Amino acid sequence: MFLGIDIGSSSSKAVLLDEEKRVLAEEALNLGTGSNGISQVLEQVYSKTGRTPKDILYSVVTGYGRNVYKGADAQVTEISCHAKGVTHLFGEARTVIDIGGQDAKVIRLDGEGNVADFVMNDKCAAGTGRFLEVMARVLNCDIYRLSDLAAKSLRGTQISSVCTVFAEAEVISQLSLGSKVEDVAKGALQSVAKRVCGQARRIQVAPQVVMTGGVALIPEAVHMVEKELGEEIAVPGSPQTVGALGAALFAWEKYHR
Amino acid sequence: MEEVKKTSKQIMNEMTRDVYVRAAEAKKAGKPVCWATGIAPQELMTTMEIDTVYPENFGAAMGAKHLSGPLIEVAEEQGYSNDICSYARNNFGYVDVKHVDDPVNLPMPDMLLCCGNSCNTVIKWYENLAKEMNIPMLFLDTPYNYMDEGASEHQIRFMEEQVYYMISQLEEITGRKFDYDRFKEVMEISMQTGEWWLKAIGVAKHKPSPISGFDLFNYMGIMVCDRGRPEARDLFKQWYEESMEKVARGEGPWKDQEEKYRILWDGIACWPQLNLTYRTLKKYGINMVASNYPRLWMITYDSPTIASMVRAYSENVGANREIPFELNAYLKDTETYHLDGLIYHSNRSCKPMDFKQYAIRKVVIEKTGLPSVIFDGDQTDPRVFSEAQFETRLQALVELMEKRKEGRKEDE
Repeated sequence: MFLGIDIGSSSSKAVLLDEEKRVLAEEALNLGTGSNGISQVLEQVYSKTGRTPKDILYSVVTGYGRNVYKGADAQVTEISCHAKGVTHLFGEARTVIDIGGQDAKVIRLDGEGNVADFVMNDKCAAGTGRFLEVMARVLNCDIYRLSDLAAKSLRGTQISSVCTVFAEAEVISQLSLGSKVEDVAKGALQSVAKRVCGQARRIQVAPQVVMTGGVALIPEAVHMVEKELGEEIAVPGSPQTVGALGAALFAWEKYHR
Repeated sequence: MEEVKKTSKQIMNEMTRDVYVRAAEAKKAGKPVCWATGIAPQELMTTMEIDTVYPENFGAAMGAKHLSGPLIEVAEEQGYSNDICSYARNNFGYVDVKHVDDPVNLPMPDMLLCCGNSCNTVIKWYENLAKEMNIPMLFLDTPYNYMDEGASEHQIRFMEEQVYYMISQLEEITGRKFDYDRFKEVMEISMQTGEWWLKAIGVAKHKPSPISGFDLFNYMGIMVCDRGRPEARDLFKQWYEESMEKVARGEGPWKDQEEKYRILWDGIACWPQLNLTYRTLKKYGINMVASNYPRLWMITYDSPTIASMVRAYSENVGANREIPFELNAYLKDTETYHLDGLIYHSNRSCKPMDFKQYAIRKVVIEKTGLPSVIFDGDQTDPRVFSEAQFETRLQALVELMEKRKEGRKEDE
């Protein structure tokens, strides 16, 4: 059995694969690096499959917390892991848009599971899941409810500030001026979509485009990116665990090498 | 007892310190001290024996010694925006406090020498200093080279005239005559120093390279501050000879790590993270064998004349040239230095260098297929760099370089 672990900034993910690369368990928990999220999520995959750490032949860790975690056999960057995971699920994929807690990255694939080029956000929360978390807090709703709200809006509020902190203040003042909650929710999702599409264009987008990461769980966010990009987007059944899946696939490869 | 010969590294360290010691002594003795921009015609000051120090070099040193942060804060408190080059903010902060807790300090200037070849910021920066301190500013305006062929004849004449005017300014300030014979000598020495510098950094083309790229960043200071002095020429000659001996012995950059990958570093060093970036690269066996930053001091010219000298200050500086000039140098480097990849420092301070990065990177990928990554940082503002983000990008580069090597092996 092969284990892939992805310790992100705001969530921990684990995937267990069998010898035939079938997924035995995949779990994600919204507790990131520095928490006990990873041990909880590992317990979940073990109890789900009735296996123990002794059954693991090889393990690979990825994500922001990969350098701190000592329990894995090897570590690989989240860029390579997402490329690997997406190619496994969508053989035709050429572009990956991954928006996580504090990273937003766009990866161009070479068609064989390898990274041809990639671009990541700079040291700024704009265009990441963290930005949406802040917006959801201002709107007093769960991050996933942003989608339902946005779907009701006819016209998103323009959020001009790129900085998350200032955007928060901007949104508060817009709400006080009478902007509708739905329009602000849509504006927030549009802002993220615009930002990530700007990144994507730097490395040239080719179909098929696949979106991963926690933000891919928000249907309206995916829809906005589709609209902004003018490309249809595929979303895996479990978009949050694609990095961990890639890590597990690397574990399989490293073991069989 | 036989005298033990000093290594070039020892000499380099001593010379780096002596620049400031000499200037401090001159100041104490009541002689004028000059502050100059990084790539200015020092030949004039060296001829006039005016001790010259370089705030950009000092800023880099402050960054590497973790002293730049507080100076930058002082400048920002005065109202300088954090969008301004951090070398400039460092210097504005220093002008205010006039002292840092370090054996090396910057004596206050009596005159300024500014050359516009590196960026427009230096011009406003030095005008600001001239006004604040009420001291003369000598200025060489090197028109930006929009044409691929470089400076036109009328531009050369324009720059020559400025040099004659600067000489008259110097004569007036010092009350001494300008010695044209000595000037010719200084130009000859500077030309030789430039040639030995290029020869020395060119040793990195050997595989493995005995020079770890960070040597380029360290030795570069001498090229900035001392290139008109015979000691600098002799230093680079000695460094070259020492390095070639290592090449003959097959030595790589490190004793405890193998040179696995060879890269070009685009942009200025992250001075506050110099050690960290060095260690991280070394951890993965990445040797930085080339960089466009040390190459900015490619001040080589063919004859000791003012026309030839100003041409070098205008044309040889990548920051004063259009994209094809640097792009061609990069494409050449990929072959000369047997590069495996490139790393681009998107430096918040240096817009002229950043603006070219995406275009250059795109063409280098198209033409060579070499992988590369961009990371965010700053030359001296310690707040911009993120260790985790740097390492993720670097590790991704390693994975890309490794994949490419595997692919090549399979092809064979």
